[in-house]
Amino acid sequence: MYLTKAVARTRVRDMAATGSPRPVFFNLAQIQMPVGALTSITHRVTGIFLALGVPFGIYLLDLSLEGPQSYARVTRLFDNVAFRAAAVFFVWVLAHHLLAGIRHLLSDIDIGSQLPIARRSAWIVNFGGVAVALFAAGAWL
Amino acid sequence: MAVRIAATGLRAWLVQRASAIYMLLFIVFLLAHFTVDPPHSYPAWHAWMTSYGVRVITTVFFAALLAHAWVGLRDVIMDYVHATALRVGVLALLGFSLAATGVWMMRILWMARG
Repeated sequence: MYLTKAVARTRVRDMAATGSPRPVFFNLAQIQMPVGALTSITHRVTGIFLALGVPFGIYLLDLSLEGPQSYARVTRLFDNVAFRAAAVFFVWVLAHHLLAGIRHLLSDIDIGSQLPIARRSAWIVNFGGVAVALFAAGAWL
Repeated sequence: MAVRIAATGLRAWLVQRASAIYMLLFIVFLLAHFTVDPPHSYPAWHAWMTSYGVRVITTVFFAALLAHAWVGLRDVIMDYVHATALRVGVLALLGFSLAATGVWMMRILWMARG
């Protein structure tokens, strides 16, 4: 259902070559992904971005607490449009990661595990993250 | 029992859920606080951030954050780094970085400052 013709052909070839019934095909550019896969991969990528962002966040917190001058320097960062754009990007990163995480927590207690609901909640997460970021963009850009 | 828990990954699963829920509540609290009573000056911000209660819940937040980052990034590393020596090296580097981040954060939160 989710396979393109090219993928299906390669799948058949790989299965013939390995003699195994398990499909071996990992070209992500050619696999047509179901919406939940997109939510999941983005959950992982945003998690990596968040981890990389932690030192920057701590640095800004440190600066903001150091004294009145450095506090003013942190607040003035928001005058910079590039900084505001980065902030909007991180709002999206955090919003998607949080929403996808909440979806996981709900499925842990058996809410939304059935495919049609899981697909709908995946769409909600993907668009919800973007909606939150657009809201931030409207406020800051 | 301890071995079985480690082997099934149940503990990592639990750490990831518990830390996620704490961080979610913390973020909701932050959003609510900054909506209702945003600090408008350095003295107000400094006084709030260094009050005992905020120091404590922020300390727990960073403990949760580092544990969450460890479980998540460890999973990513185990998925993509297969050679044992390299995997151990990368995991050690990650552990060291997270520990250093924690020490840095605790110094900021708990060292007395102007």
